Amino acid sequence: MLTDERRPAPAPPRPSVEAAPRRRRPWPTVIAFLSPALLLFVLLVLAPIVIAGYSSFFNWNGFGAPTAFVGLDNFRRLLVDEIFVGDLRRALLLVTLSLAIQLPFSLALAMLLNQPLRGRRAYRMLFFAPYVLSEVVTAVLFTMIFSPNQGLANHVTKLIGLGDLGATWLADPDTVMYSLFVVISWKFFGFHTILYLAGRQGIPRELHDAAAMDGAGPWQAFRHITLPLLGPTIRISVFLSILGTVQLFDMIWVLTGGGPIRSSETLAVTMFQEGFKRFHVGYASAISMMIFLISLTFGLLYQRFVLRRDLDGAITRIGDQR
Amino acid sequence: MTDRIRLSRRSLLALTTAAATGAVLAGCGDEGGQSGSGKKIRWWHIANTDPMMSAWAQMARQFEASHPGVTFEITPLENEAFKTKLTTVVQAGDPPDIFHTWGGGVLAQQAEAGMVKDLTADVGAWRDTLIPTALDAYTVSGKVYGSAVDTGMVGFWYNKELFERAGVKAPPATWAEYLEAVRRLKAAQITPIALAGKEKWPGHYYWAYLAMRVAGLDALRQAGADKNFDAPDFVTAGAHLADLVALQPFQTGYLAAGYSTADGQAATMGNGKAAMELMGQWAPVVERDNSAGKKGLGDKLGFFAFPAVDGGKGKITDAFGGGGGFAVGKDAPPEAVEFLKFIAQPENARIEAKTAGVLPVVKAAGDAVTDPNLKLVGDTLSASTGFQLYLDQAYAPAVGQQVNDSVAELLAGKSSPQQVAQAITAAAKQG
Repeated sequence: MLTDERRPAPAPPRPSVEAAPRRRRPWPTVIAFLSPALLLFVLLVLAPIVIAGYSSFFNWNGFGAPTAFVGLDNFRRLLVDEIFVGDLRRALLLVTLSLAIQLPFSLALAMLLNQPLRGRRAYRMLFFAPYVLSEVVTAVLFTMIFSPNQGLANHVTKLIGLGDLGATWLADPDTVMYSLFVVISWKFFGFHTILYLAGRQGIPRELHDAAAMDGAGPWQAFRHITLPLLGPTIRISVFLSILGTVQLFDMIWVLTGGGPIRSSETLAVTMFQEGFKRFHVGYASAISMMIFLISLTFGLLYQRFVLRRDLDGAITRIGDQR
Repeated sequence: MTDRIRLSRRSLLALTTAAATGAVLAGCGDEGGQSGSGKKIRWWHIANTDPMMSAWAQMARQFEASHPGVTFEITPLENEAFKTKLTTVVQAGDPPDIFHTWGGGVLAQQAEAGMVKDLTADVGAWRDTLIPTALDAYTVSGKVYGSAVDTGMVGFWYNKELFERAGVKAPPATWAEYLEAVRRLKAAQITPIALAGKEKWPGHYYWAYLAMRVAGLDALRQAGADKNFDAPDFVTAGAHLADLVALQPFQTGYLAAGYSTADGQAATMGNGKAAMELMGQWAPVVERDNSAGKKGLGDKLGFFAFPAVDGGKGKITDAFGGGGGFAVGKDAPPEAVEFLKFIAQPENARIEAKTAGVLPVVKAAGDAVTDPNLKLVGDTLSASTGFQLYLDQAYAPAVGQQVNDSVAELLAGKSSPQQVAQAITAAAKQG
């Protein structure tokens, strides 16, 4: 059909006609490459969640199949369980302390490390080192440092004339959470510092130069240029910090075992105590479901309301070139 | 070059696939192949340090030599890690063929779930070679589910030198005398007691012994059966413990102290930094291993039984403690039971007694105990008028843990004797 060939094709349909063969999914390949990962995901992530959800409705000691169905009883018990409510309170305390002290400190340090400083690389390496250690190693290390009678911490306080000020770092129910916060901060501040540093270095130099020309002081430049442009990094770092706190286990387990007298238990430690020490597997499953729901709800809400701007165009609209 | 890389990648992939398939097949084989020709015995024990770890391995090799086709896969685990790991595999329905047990409520729960073999008939064959009460802890409603290996009891281990320095002439025989001794030690600027508050089980010994002395053994047993600890006698026991706590007898930071850690209970005792500890028969060994220079207290160490309480129903000769034994998993080959018989032979029991420094349950091996302190424990034990297994082992796990937790609160001054009795009762009722 000559007329057809001579007629200029309308713009939109044409690429789609050409693109169609390209866009057709090579399903066999997709299935072949996706199925191992999918299988593992279903087997190791989805299935355990479903099983935990199922067993949380039973009064079950873990032996044989669960038979004593109790409905939502385990969850009802949770809400009036002092320990569980205490877990939530302690998680909130750690989150608050992290956001108020640890992250600002990391941010300040990152700004400092961004300055032309002698031995800057060495400092960066030094501050990042604790993050490389495993949580268990960190915990064992601090068990020794906080040891009431032979520990480094008390030795130092004595040397600088503060006497037995910190004699019972981890041994006093009233101070143990703050001691733990010190350890957590020591372990993770380097990680957040590196995050901020990377974010800071991604800010184009011209902006600060221009601000300086306009007569902005260092504080104004930080407040109106650095901080807003670091926004995405800060929001991610807050996200990771909160999720990490909610799921905290290894470090506390080794450092205090949740003690003294259960005053430093987190959700995960309580779950372990109930499941593996008391054999209340049904109840422990209920706790694990709560951890899952809290993390999931927080994660979704945070992404929906806080991370939305940052993720926009990266994940939500793949290929949109606007 | 590219070709070679491609080739190697492909062969790597092939190898990986083969390995994965092999592993999966091997896994399948493991599940069902217990009765195959080569018999593998998976053995979990808690002697995770030498010299005992090697001694067990040596016995396993001897057994392998005399039983062709049998091979051992030995997993030595640290005490706490063992409990956790065992719980997981037992709940998954795949218990090891031979594993360490303290008997009591935990073993009973495993027996009820059908995870361990009924050894009544087998152990009956060598039952008479053991001391009379050896199998009590492993017996659940008349059936034997484990074989005992060693035994012992908890009592006060004390530093004679420090007692002397404080002017305490003789070990106290009553609770009133005991409190007086603590006061004297405090007055002499000596830390009276080392305690591992972080681990909770050492603390529960105090409440358990006081409950035995005040309420008596039968009352404890009855309370376990009735699921009711909310009786005046148990509250009184707690009150006696509260009297001790009020004297502040423990070392600085005891609430976070471990047992066998660098700055823990055993180290404090072994380094002469505290005058006594309430601990089982293994205390001298652990003190020595954790003390500076690995010397321990040597001759300065003494042992005395937990004091009697005036007006109490229990006697000072009632003993509290336990030993170790082995249970056999449900799918174990018959050779596993054979092996238990093998290690219960006098010559092997002697090796264990000598190497690990424990009290053997095999009568004929009693002569292997040479350490004077251990002998004293043995003599006290053989003269005992009654025996109570560790409460956190005797009762169901949830109840045992509650005893530990509640007593820990009492020791920290955060709970009243009444609250302790009520909390344990609540846990027992809940099951």
